[in-house]
Amino acid sequence: MNRNRIIFGIGVLAFVSVIATVRLGGFLVDNEYRQPDRQVAAQEEQGEAELTPRQQGIADEQAADEAEARARPYEEAEYRTVSFVGSRVTVWVLAQLHLLFAAFVLAVPLFAFIIEFVGYVKKEERYNKLAYEFTKLLSVSFSMTATFGAFLTFGLIILYPKFTNYLMHIFSPTFLPYVLLFFLEALFLYSYYYGWGKFGPKMHLFLGFMLNIVGTAIMFIANAWLTFMMSPGRRDDVDGDGVPDFVSAVSESGALLSLRDAFFNFTWMPINIHRIIANVAFGGSIAAAYAAFRYLQAKTDEEKAHFDWMGYVGNFVAIIAFLPLPFAGYYLAAEIYAFSQTLGIQMMGGTFSWLFVIQAALIGNLFLGANYYLWLGMGRMEGGVHFQKFIKWLLIAIALCFAVWATPRYAISSVSEIAAMGGSSHPQLSYLGQMSAKNTAVNILILSTYMSFLLYRRTGRQSVHPHRQLLTRAQAIVFSSAAALVTFYGVYGYFVDSATRIRFAIPQVYSVLAALVVITVIDLPLYRNARQSGETKWGKVPAISQYALIFIALSFTWLMGLMGYVRSGLRQEWHVYGVVLDTSPDAYTPSLGFATQVVSVTVLIFFGLIGVVFWLSSLGGKKDWEPKAVADGDGRLEGGQAA
Amino acid sequence: MWGLNLPVVLALAAIGGVLAWRRANTLVWLLYTGGALWAFFRFGFAVPIPQSVATIYLGITGLALVCYASSSRERLSETIQPIQRLILEPRYRLALAGLLVALPALAAYNVYADLTVPLEAPGFGREVHPPPPTEMTVHDETIDMATAENPYLHYKHDDPELYAEHLENGRRVYYENCFWCHGDGMGGDGMFAHGLNPVPSNFNDVGTLPILQSSFVQWRIAKGAPGLPASGTPWDSAMPAWEKFLTNEEMWDVNLFIYDFNGYEPRALGQH
Repeated sequence: MNRNRIIFGIGVLAFVSVIATVRLGGFLVDNEYRQPDRQVAAQEEQGEAELTPRQQGIADEQAADEAEARARPYEEAEYRTVSFVGSRVTVWVLAQLHLLFAAFVLAVPLFAFIIEFVGYVKKEERYNKLAYEFTKLLSVSFSMTATFGAFLTFGLIILYPKFTNYLMHIFSPTFLPYVLLFFLEALFLYSYYYGWGKFGPKMHLFLGFMLNIVGTAIMFIANAWLTFMMSPGRRDDVDGDGVPDFVSAVSESGALLSLRDAFFNFTWMPINIHRIIANVAFGGSIAAAYAAFRYLQAKTDEEKAHFDWMGYVGNFVAIIAFLPLPFAGYYLAAEIYAFSQTLGIQMMGGTFSWLFVIQAALIGNLFLGANYYLWLGMGRMEGGVHFQKFIKWLLIAIALCFAVWATPRYAISSVSEIAAMGGSSHPQLSYLGQMSAKNTAVNILILSTYMSFLLYRRTGRQSVHPHRQLLTRAQAIVFSSAAALVTFYGVYGYFVDSATRIRFAIPQVYSVLAALVVITVIDLPLYRNARQSGETKWGKVPAISQYALIFIALSFTWLMGLMGYVRSGLRQEWHVYGVVLDTSPDAYTPSLGFATQVVSVTVLIFFGLIGVVFWLSSLGGKKDWEPKAVADGDGRLEGGQAA
Repeated sequence: MWGLNLPVVLALAAIGGVLAWRRANTLVWLLYTGGALWAFFRFGFAVPIPQSVATIYLGITGLALVCYASSSRERLSETIQPIQRLILEPRYRLALAGLLVALPALAAYNVYADLTVPLEAPGFGREVHPPPPTEMTVHDETIDMATAENPYLHYKHDDPELYAEHLENGRRVYYENCFWCHGDGMGGDGMFAHGLNPVPSNFNDVGTLPILQSSFVQWRIAKGAPGLPASGTPWDSAMPAWEKFLTNEEMWDVNLFIYDFNGYEPRALGQH
């Protein structure tokens, strides 16, 4: 039987089933039980039938409801509720989905523009093609961002009307610039995308540049709204005593004193910096996941080679942006602590500190996944066996650092375990839960990842530089010195007071950053015009590497959701910290388990939707639809072709 | 030594040595590493490590081993080939049969072990650094924890004589009430300290007073252990709620004194 007929038949059957169910329901209601009362029967015959008790009850209820509705005076609602999931979870999920798409839409133009610029400078068409491939993801994602933005706005207006009204009182002057910038972003985004190849390269790059400027400006405005909720004021040395003072943007009753102070508030710039970097890392990972998706679908070697390269570039962007992210996060956390010790202690020592153990596990996964992808990538190159022997030692270093980073200072323990340990901390392992160990672990993780990248870069290549031995040794000395310095400060930190220990983080970070810069500066001339011992076979990487890319994207998304919850949840019972109290039924801190479940479901929804974006974006490369050729009786196809 | 269970550690190292001597293949090394680390986390410490931490470590170990086994085509092939031979070659049929019995038996034992865990009271986690409330009321006076400062601190510059009076009053309050636990020199080593768990705060430590605003210290003085948030319990601290015994001025004075005695300034709002 024809497949279309089967589908049509199922549709008809479903329709008939619905009609039959409705009819059956109606029949059952019409034929409900009635008393076999002769008097009722007689009244019915005379057309004076009384209502059944059920009908009477319904009529009374309706009358009572109507009377109550007419008597009720109009009141401004403070909150409205959503059954089953609740108002908070509804707004939480909508905000998170909006943010994830927005982060993606802001990040992709950033590196698409850079890749296009590199292609323009190097005069290589493949970069242009790659940048276009990234940009393809933007138009649908932009619509998704706007859709969830509208959802979120409606959600806030409907469910939190009083609070939303308050935010409007503070920030209404920023709304018009926001809308205008959004309009401009749409203009630049679509002209950048549809204008690919239609404008000259300089004009097109200008469009990409403006798209990034406008997108960043939009984010900065939205960041002011959300950071105001956490820190409604700015820091300034008002009395000139050299000690910063807190300048509140609102009066004690919440009335706006200064829009400037509300906008440029305490945590505004730390969030801006953190989000720009995190967006690039997240966007790169999602774009790499798209490439992985297309790689796994690819039929031809050419397609596989293209998407393998795209995945590599996306992941490279993600990891490069990811490396400074812990430092940006540290800056943000320090500023939150500086604004309010209550928020700071709540975050790092209170309930929310447990989420940082999960964060450590996720970041460890990201490092492991990124290194794993690089190791698998060595399989692309002929002559890659040489460096395989180092993988074991890199893996040991990474796993050890991962374990140290994920070790909690105070473990979740049963009563018997606590009794055995003599407290909540283990006599040996608790040393690993301290800041000295964790700072050392993260710095060594960064160094190890960089080492994996260096090995990958050298696979199948031989330097022809006249001083190659000297330069390679210099690199080894710089690398070892940085690792030794980080380890020294890590161990020495146990023998000094806490204030000195905290300051050790700075030389640790600087030594690692300096090592990365110096080694890169040496590496560039060292491997310029290097002799290729074998060809790089893009598209010949094992398929499992593509799943690693998807895993990295998933971990990034989960991490963003989790840390976003920490930042937002810190306010606890406040809509605007210290100013507008949350008096809704949801004004309690949910359990960590529940919070992680909400984040997980949101991530799943996001990946479902981004799957749609991937699919829609991939349609452009498919063949156009053509009507099926039907053979006629003479064995000839319509159009005169022989069957 | 180092809190390790040496016989277990040496036995695991010896097995590793034998495998190295016999040049064991990749699969055997992977199985050994996973098993040895499991045994090390389970039995390798004199004081056993909590199950929650062991689970984190084993998760990382498992992930790392999978990554290693599949990190190149050659290594994956080295790992899989012995398994293929075990399944396909007739000479391993007995070993295969043994494995087919052992694996479900291991799973069954695991289920049995999970279901027969001895009953015990649920574990608890407490916050070691409980966050202060956003405001507190002491003797009908409401203090905003974010912005409040010691009201007498400014006398240090504005009126040194008055400042000295408040300090002297703080000294009196301290040596009448606090030194029993916090010690003559405020090192947290007073005469009662050895009987307390957790031990009294050491105010000499640069990691205590300088990183706190004076409002936090005032909160701890006024509300003591009974005023800790629920998340900070169970808390066996013996710190009394001094608001029941002292006036606001006396508490701010002793607050002033402990900072001054140790040569510290309270952390100011907006200071890192």
